[in-house]
Amino acid sequence: MEKFRVESLNFFYGRVAALKDISLSVQERQITALIGPSGCGKSTFLRCLNRMNDTIRGTRVQGKIFLDGQDIYKSGINVVELRQRVGMVFQRPNPFPQSIWDNVAFGPRVLGLDKHFHLPEIIENSLRGAALWEEVKDRLKQDALSLSLGQQQRLCIARTIAVRPEIILMDEPCSALDPIATLQIEELMQSLKKDYTLVIVTHNMQQAARVSDWTGFFWMGELVEFDVTEKIFTRPAQQLTEDYITGRAG
Amino acid sequence: MDKGVIVTNRGGISGRRWTEVPIEATIRVLGFSTIGFVLLIFLFLLREGLPIFYEVPTGNLFGTRWYPTFELFGTLPLLLGSILVTVTAILIALPLGVATAVFVRELAPDWVREILKPMIEVLAGIPSVVLGFFGMHFVAPLIRNIFGAPTGLTVFTGALILAYMALPTIISVAEDALDTVPKSYRDAGLAMGATQWQTIWKVVVPAARSGILMAVMLGMGRAIGETMAVMMVTGNAARLPLTFDSLFRPARTMTATIAAEMGEVAQGSTHYHALFGIGIILFVLTFLINLTAASAIFRKQRRGGLR
Repeated sequence: MEKFRVESLNFFYGRVAALKDISLSVQERQITALIGPSGCGKSTFLRCLNRMNDTIRGTRVQGKIFLDGQDIYKSGINVVELRQRVGMVFQRPNPFPQSIWDNVAFGPRVLGLDKHFHLPEIIENSLRGAALWEEVKDRLKQDALSLSLGQQQRLCIARTIAVRPEIILMDEPCSALDPIATLQIEELMQSLKKDYTLVIVTHNMQQAARVSDWTGFFWMGELVEFDVTEKIFTRPAQQLTEDYITGRAG
Repeated sequence: MDKGVIVTNRGGISGRRWTEVPIEATIRVLGFSTIGFVLLIFLFLLREGLPIFYEVPTGNLFGTRWYPTFELFGTLPLLLGSILVTVTAILIALPLGVATAVFVRELAPDWVREILKPMIEVLAGIPSVVLGFFGMHFVAPLIRNIFGAPTGLTVFTGALILAYMALPTIISVAEDALDTVPKSYRDAGLAMGATQWQTIWKVVVPAARSGILMAVMLGMGRAIGETMAVMMVTGNAARLPLTFDSLFRPARTMTATIAAEMGEVAQGSTHYHALFGIGIILFVLTFLINLTAASAIFRKQRRGGLR
């Protein structure tokens, strides 16, 4: 099943084109990885999928992105609703300076979910879903900033899934973490895949090869190649892709 | 530290050029003299003010009647007058100030911000006597007509003027506090499907609360020490503000008392000592307020800033 379909997307910061004619599709309940050197536009592309780029002044989008067949850049689209369906985890863990409980409860509270569902249950399920429950169940009232970076990142994932999105975008979620925490997040991605569609940006090619089903290779704002991960890493169709994954370019 | 200087500076045996020595000494003397002056002022205040605490029985000193001509030095009406005016002023200024700060920092387009920020700073530069004059002739009649008070010179009038004077401080400190909230918190809120409004009130403002508390404290410090405007618009009746209508009755603050009576006291008299005694109380109050503000900053720093 196709979740996102992107058709000739162009993106501009002022007059600078950051993305040029990108077309790809994201499959439901699969992990799509976006790789490429720094500044190639992969994060910008990710932030187009939940319209987070709207918060940056002087940016402009051309082209279409369909989510379940509906153009998310069409006028009249409710961006707040879109972001509830498309959650996001950022590069640096960014829990709010509040308790662990309040962090996870934030989304359900602002969306009013706590009126229809049992909040403690949402919180436990979200923390379990993010493989953090066992570590924090006895100290839910503690400051979230007292957790380790890896735990903070899993808390951010728990916070994101607490509002039951359909898609989770992850923008280099492991780049601030140590190898063990990275491994935990990667395992977590595999278990999240059962319920969610994941799009991750990573600068780590091994990570893309390990976790993803689909891989897109970005180079200077263009999508050079997009295919099944196995094919990209074993028989890339483009010379540039091969040069990049073997370390000769980028 | 000196080792580094010796390596990089080949000018002299001690490692410093000889011309630097007097300059450094001058700067050091100037720096320490600031502390010295503050200490001297404080000692002077104590010397002139402390006698009142044994010249007059405590019951009288903290009594409810301030009639120096009859040897009645009850500071309670003045203390409560000051506190009532200040607290009311802050209650008015806090929501306005925080809302303005939120608008300027979070919502206003760039060009509006460019105009607003300098204007807020200009606001801080209006002399208090001008505000007092304005209060007497424009605000007081309004209060009299709207609330039907016997006179327009009331606690509320004073609080309005003081709130106006505390606003620039509160706005700029609160805005700095909002500014230190990392963008990643805003992103996190928005990415979860919170509206901009929810993100501001549930994420950004709580994250900046220690800075906002500091803004309130600094605004309070400014308000409680203010003299001229308050003296002109609060009516100056040393009346115990304990009834419900006190807000719309005249009151007298500690600062106004000192300012109004200092010209007519004989140096060294009990009255004279009493005024300095009020000065001490005022000093202690401001000190406590600043201490609270400082401890808020300290807590913030210990937690590694607002990151």
